[in-house]
Amino acid sequence: MHRVIGERDLDATPFDADDARDLLRDMIRARRFDERAVVLQRRGWMSGYPPFAGQEATQVGAAHALAAEDWLFPTYRSNAMQLARGVPMGDLLAFRRGHPEFTADHDLPIFPQAVPIATQLPHAVGAGMAADHLENDHAILCDFGDGATSEGDFHEAMNFAGVFDAPVVFLCENNGWAISLPRERQTASPTIAQKASAYGFDGTQVDGMDPLAVRSAVEEALETARAGEPVLVESLTYRQGAHTTSDDPSRYRDEGPDLPAWRTRDPIERFVEYLADQAVVDDGFVEDCKEEADDELDDAIATAEAIPEPESGELFAHVYAEPTPELDRQCASLAGED
Amino acid sequence: MSSATATEAESATERLTLVEGVREGLHTEMARDDRVMVLGEDVGKNGGVFRATEGLFEEFGEERVVDTPLAESGIVGSSIGLALSGMKPVAEMQFMGFAYPAFDQLVSHAARLRSRSHGQYTCPMVVRAPYGGGIRAPEHHSESKEAFFVHEPGLKVVVPSTPADAKGLLTAAIRDPDPVVFLEPKLIYRAFREAVPRGSHAVPLGEAAVRREGSDVSVFTWGAMTRPALIAAGNLAEEHGVDCEVVDVRTLSPLDVGTVVASFEKTGRAAVVHEAPKTAGVGAEIATTIQEEALCYQEAPIKRIAGFDAPVPLHALEDYYLPQAVRVQDGILETVGF
Repeated sequence: MHRVIGERDLDATPFDADDARDLLRDMIRARRFDERAVVLQRRGWMSGYPPFAGQEATQVGAAHALAAEDWLFPTYRSNAMQLARGVPMGDLLAFRRGHPEFTADHDLPIFPQAVPIATQLPHAVGAGMAADHLENDHAILCDFGDGATSEGDFHEAMNFAGVFDAPVVFLCENNGWAISLPRERQTASPTIAQKASAYGFDGTQVDGMDPLAVRSAVEEALETARAGEPVLVESLTYRQGAHTTSDDPSRYRDEGPDLPAWRTRDPIERFVEYLADQAVVDDGFVEDCKEEADDELDDAIATAEAIPEPESGELFAHVYAEPTPELDRQCASLAGED
Repeated sequence: MSSATATEAESATERLTLVEGVREGLHTEMARDDRVMVLGEDVGKNGGVFRATEGLFEEFGEERVVDTPLAESGIVGSSIGLALSGMKPVAEMQFMGFAYPAFDQLVSHAARLRSRSHGQYTCPMVVRAPYGGGIRAPEHHSESKEAFFVHEPGLKVVVPSTPADAKGLLTAAIRDPDPVVFLEPKLIYRAFREAVPRGSHAVPLGEAAVRREGSDVSVFTWGAMTRPALIAAGNLAEEHGVDCEVVDVRTLSPLDVGTVVASFEKTGRAAVVHEAPKTAGVGAEIATTIQEEALCYQEAPIKRIAGFDAPVPLHALEDYYLPQAVRVQDGILETVGF
């Protein structure tokens, strides 16, 4: 299993102090975002939200592994990954306030997230096949959870990727839970990574609470993908909180998890401790990161609040390239124009 | 001069069956646009189980005529990924009855990608499927479930009934900026030949075709039912002096409300003929549309002549299930005699 923390000094990795500080800064940004998002949902300011607390090392590490032109196919819990890739906080908040245009209101190679489980995997494979066809040399990173590995689309996509040598990295964030179902009830496979061998390509496990290890493992996987071989990366991480703001984990998670201490320890605390030990950050750096993130959040909330309420006609504007006559009639009727 | 003109006219068309029209549509668009590609089960070397893709593999190669693993969701899901990446995939479902594993990809993603992203992502793709009964096939090979797809905003649904339309409508579907479900009535794949324009030939989507003009009753139908409807119309003219107008709806979504209503306003009576089950079939939509738009012209109840609300039977019972010319004729007489 890929791991840096506790095994190697930063000097013995491909990364320097700035790389490490960038990872930590984005993890802290993401955590502040996540905490505030839950509060905003509780206040009724925005709709349901799936927190990612505990998964920052995986998501930020993976985002930092991407080359500028690589594509990311996220899932609905990938918000830390999107933040670390450059999606403005205000866009993520606006989306949760019901403004769909902010799901992809940028030129970043990030596909719009969606709610159905594992359905983005075949899309990622198709995007990889297109990259081959159009002779682009970027790779595709496709993010999903452990629950997704039980879906038929996981199997179909992995199988297609193997058959067509699609340049795709399948990143499974194994956070231990699919709502209430623990990982051991999701699959009888000892690991998720080993499923890759059934499709004819490599699977690997990484300490998903170690951002340097994740970045390194995903970078390596992306290189392999660009060379024409898909890879499955299983990142062992942990969902600290609820599935979403509508979920009450005390109904099914009353006992402590049967997981090693590193797996459930807070990844930010663990990384700060490691970097302090490596003399790369101090308490002041962490505090500065929090303050910067809070300022960014205040601006993002103001930006999201300033978005005007949509006109009723927007309901019909993007169903087809050209609205059908019936849609025009329905649009006029809703607007009180008929 | 006249012989030169005749040769020219002859060379401008060729006599094709419906399935050859499909093949010619694919061939012409693939030759015209490098981004057009075909994916599906047995579509390559085998040329498709109905030979709709015959010769394409040899001409365009395995990169553009892709034999996929046996997985419908994978085929449609990867086609979505190809479409959003700049390709124009034409996916084949081997039979409509096998398309259901891909239903989630079609309705949750292909249909919604444009609206989900406010037009920043689109899904220009075609899903072709042989459909309908009457070929003495095993279970699940005779379904007519066009209504499933008509019900989904964001999809277009097209059913050709002639070789020229098979080519022309498929051409328009491939060029369309939105996802199109293209249902091919396999009963009449090889039933007759007609002159089909050579080269580029597009028939606009969303326009019904009046196949027989008449003044007493409008018969709305599509696909394989167009023939029994026309036979019934001929018999009724001869035996009962009833003058039927037969409208081949051709595009079920978006419906050509203008042509449907104009025909009804002329005749004041209507029958809808489809082989799909009666309840909540597209016939119900047509009947209701007429009542909304042209109630004051109505002189009789609108008759639905349809498949029964029973699963499509094995072939010993198939002739009871499918509307035949006699049943169509009796149904039309009922509305005429009201």
